[in-house]
Amino acid sequence: MNSFTYVSPKDLADASKAIGPSGKLLAGGIDLLTELKEGLIQPQRIVNLKSVSGLKDIGGSGDFKIGALVTLADLAANKEVRSKYPAIAEAAESVGSPQIRNVGTVGGNLCQRPRCWYYRDAEVHCLKKGGDRCYAVEGENEYHAILGGGPCHIVHPSDLAPALIALDAQVEIFSNGKTRKMPLGEFFQLPRDNVYSENVLKDGEIVTAVTLPKAMAGWKSSYYKIKERESFDWALASAAVAMEMKGTLVTKARVVLGGVAPIPWRSQEAEKMLEGKNLSTEQALQAGVAAVANATPMSGNAYKEKLAASAVGIAALTAAGMEAK
Amino acid sequence: MAGWNDRKTSKYVGQKVTRVDGPAKATGRAKYTFDIVLPGMLYGVMLRSPHASAKITKLDTSAAEKMPGVKAVVTIAGVNSTLRYHGQEIAAVAAVTEELAKDAVRAIVVEYEKQPHSVRTEMAAKIADRKDAQPSMIPEGEVADALKSAAATIEATYSVPIRLHTSLESHGSVCKWDGDALTTWCSTQAVHGVKEGMAANQGIAQDKSHVICEYMGGGFGSKFGPGVEGSVCATLAKKAGAPVKLMCDRAGEQLATGNGPDGFAEVKAGASADGKLTVVKANLFGTGGNSSRWGLEYPYIYHAEKRDVSMTGVRVNCGSQAALRAPMHPQACALTEMMIDELAYKLNMDPVEFRLKNQSSQLREAQFRMGAQMIGWDKRNMSPGKSKARFVRGMGVATGKWGGGGGPGSQVQVVVNSDGTVLSKVGTQDLGTGTRTYVASIVAEDLGIDIDRVKAMIGDSALGYSGGSGGSTTTASLAPAVKTAAQAARAQLFAKAAEMLSTTPDSLDARDNKVFVAADPSKSVKFTELCARLGAQPIVANGQFDGSLQQGGVAGVQFAEVEVDMWTGHVQPIKVVAVQDCGYAINRLAAESQLIGGVIQGIAMALFEGRKMDEHTGRCLNPDMENYKLPGPMEMPEIIPVIYDTHDKVAGIGEPAVIPTAGAVANAVYNASGLRIRHLPIVPKRMMEAMA
Repeated sequence: MNSFTYVSPKDLADASKAIGPSGKLLAGGIDLLTELKEGLIQPQRIVNLKSVSGLKDIGGSGDFKIGALVTLADLAANKEVRSKYPAIAEAAESVGSPQIRNVGTVGGNLCQRPRCWYYRDAEVHCLKKGGDRCYAVEGENEYHAILGGGPCHIVHPSDLAPALIALDAQVEIFSNGKTRKMPLGEFFQLPRDNVYSENVLKDGEIVTAVTLPKAMAGWKSSYYKIKERESFDWALASAAVAMEMKGTLVTKARVVLGGVAPIPWRSQEAEKMLEGKNLSTEQALQAGVAAVANATPMSGNAYKEKLAASAVGIAALTAAGMEAK
Repeated sequence: MAGWNDRKTSKYVGQKVTRVDGPAKATGRAKYTFDIVLPGMLYGVMLRSPHASAKITKLDTSAAEKMPGVKAVVTIAGVNSTLRYHGQEIAAVAAVTEELAKDAVRAIVVEYEKQPHSVRTEMAAKIADRKDAQPSMIPEGEVADALKSAAATIEATYSVPIRLHTSLESHGSVCKWDGDALTTWCSTQAVHGVKEGMAANQGIAQDKSHVICEYMGGGFGSKFGPGVEGSVCATLAKKAGAPVKLMCDRAGEQLATGNGPDGFAEVKAGASADGKLTVVKANLFGTGGNSSRWGLEYPYIYHAEKRDVSMTGVRVNCGSQAALRAPMHPQACALTEMMIDELAYKLNMDPVEFRLKNQSSQLREAQFRMGAQMIGWDKRNMSPGKSKARFVRGMGVATGKWGGGGGPGSQVQVVVNSDGTVLSKVGTQDLGTGTRTYVASIVAEDLGIDIDRVKAMIGDSALGYSGGSGGSTTTASLAPAVKTAAQAARAQLFAKAAEMLSTTPDSLDARDNKVFVAADPSKSVKFTELCARLGAQPIVANGQFDGSLQQGGVAGVQFAEVEVDMWTGHVQPIKVVAVQDCGYAINRLAAESQLIGGVIQGIAMALFEGRKMDEHTGRCLNPDMENYKLPGPMEMPEIIPVIYDTHDKVAGIGEPAVIPTAGAVANAVYNASGLRIRHLPIVPKRMMEAMA
């Protein structure tokens, strides 16, 4: 780990200036610390965002706002989130371990770097690190992308992002002294657009909050994550499903997959399979199959198609209060 | 020599005794090697090979040596050295902080000439010349005929992966020189082994080598000697003229300090309609890593009328194997039990009954019957694969065997002081199995005093010799020596008491901190009063091994129940019944704890563990605890440990505990789902692929 300067900015403008092209933001530090210790990054400045006030608020009478520094544990425990946006509480609860959720933040979860074992190995000079190839293509790709991959085949590791996007969240970004808003779904970018960054943040920009439209509070939602190890693991495949329902009739649906693509993967194919129909086990599972119909699996990860399909089905049924079995 | 204490009347020995060091461990007062900090101590860090196979063409440590705060640099490899695996040691640095030592390691310039590598057993095995380690004694035609005339046959390949020990405390030590005398604090399962190893690698007399290991955080068979990291730590300390701590980081630990070999079995097997295993033909192969030493017993405990087994060890560019809790037995067991199970279902025979027809131990048969009854074997799934439900449950079974007898060597000394304090001293280590507790409890029992009066002094080579903790032999070797010393101390104590009570020593007994006349307990003397009479002559009693107190040769049967989520391939262990004999259980609580720990480690093997190598880069993909997966609390089933009482002599239990679990879980997955997953670990990927 190289030496760095530790900066405690007093406000966002200060923080933004301090980051510059060679600084890194510190929130919970869960991802930052491993990136530093593994030698993946060598920032000159670490900018402690926790010294900036006002980023830990959660709530609101209109749109529901979640500050970037709200911890995953606090988000998962929030009564309003649990009742109005259950997919988000379930997603927050599915992250890592209790220790990680106590420290890890909403902003950090959205901005964390991928877990690809080639990317995480400092000795492997892969595409993401300026190299000439994605080692997963001819290597061990059981945890890699089945949708949206190429030329790099990472999966986005965030659990929160699919749930937030399914509930039509906006992300607030502090940029050049102002705050701009954009749909969270547009925040993430595919490797074919930019292989070096999983999102559109530019140097000095800071995620300050996400907001959920008030209207979405009436929707039914759920997040389901399939992992190898229940106690503490990343998603092999996950799905967030949000539906506006009248009785068993699905009037509107939003389906977003996690763990299967370089970005949280919205599936309009699955949404179409749900909308205008009475939800049943068969219907839910068929929506899942539709979600992965266009998948292009690699040599070792075709199994993820079935997992993603199941995740959609289970999330849809759970959201509707039906038993998934 | 008196035998072990009667469990009907004993207070500690043969009973459930909580660990004497439990509070120290739970509160953090117990100091592990990782916790040792000495004045002026430096931190050592290792430079390791990034390549699976390479020749060093340049090695320049001058920049590192010049860095302020760097006190010593030593090279392990040199120019023209051949590196044979990712993680192999090249050089090490000692500096005033760990961060500085890491910086200095990065300042060492190494140039490599990469060479071809092979890191995957199954790929190396294709190239390797498959020599028959055990040449076939049966003409090819006979095997073919036996297969042809069998009522049921299978032809399949099974495999178990390479597992990493993943001890929570990594390998490493703190070394301190005083002139030509070396003191080493070492995380080890062989205090005297490290003492001797350090003396040899540092070129000093054994009496100049002192090793301390009060507490250690897991070894599982990988911590018998100083290791490269230990001897380099001593060399750094000597060169720097200051104490050095060098503990492996997690990656170094996973890459270079040992691993449990994999195993592949290409099997053809047949059975007769009445359930006799008529023929087993198997090509077995696996890797010892950077050595071709490999082998296992097949078909393990079962008798096959015709058996034709060939075995090949293949060498790969990976770190060398080390003993891992019951070396090669969990592998042999799982590779055999999955095959046996498959044949039983082909015959449409109760898998328990099929097994019993092909083994001869009455003890094991009784354990099968007991375990079957306890798990409710008759409620297992009678039609695997027929259910359309999302969640399906099933049961499986497997059996193991082990030695676990003891041997001579341990030198125990019991001291009774005039203030009533008692010491039980021996230079053994506590691998985490509860050694410290019985070193105290056996003495407390025989002197009739409370266990907290006895201080167990262990983990120091200045104390009496004791062997390494391997083969589940520690208790069977050491407990008899403690017992002998305790009996000798008791005899001296009774001689003194007989004078005071005007009787003969053989009429006395001891209990509740008193020595009394057995026939008339009103005639008694308090232990403390008795001790006060010792004056300037404390009791010093020595003990050695007594073979009549131990006996190896144990069996175990485990039944597992699992629930499979057919939509996600997730396997949830529900219940494991582990029936295991270990002769006379010195501490029933510790024995049960060993069984539970074995089951947990077996579940890990069945469902999670497996080192992953990248053939292209030659590097390990998961030298960590993120993608090298161990089970957590959510993965735990109800575990029912059953100590199956046999004879009244001590046998070990640490290793047999782990052997049957993986096979039982794999077979339970089949019974639940109808999916025969022949390759461990059984992860969702393999489940979903099997459903295709």
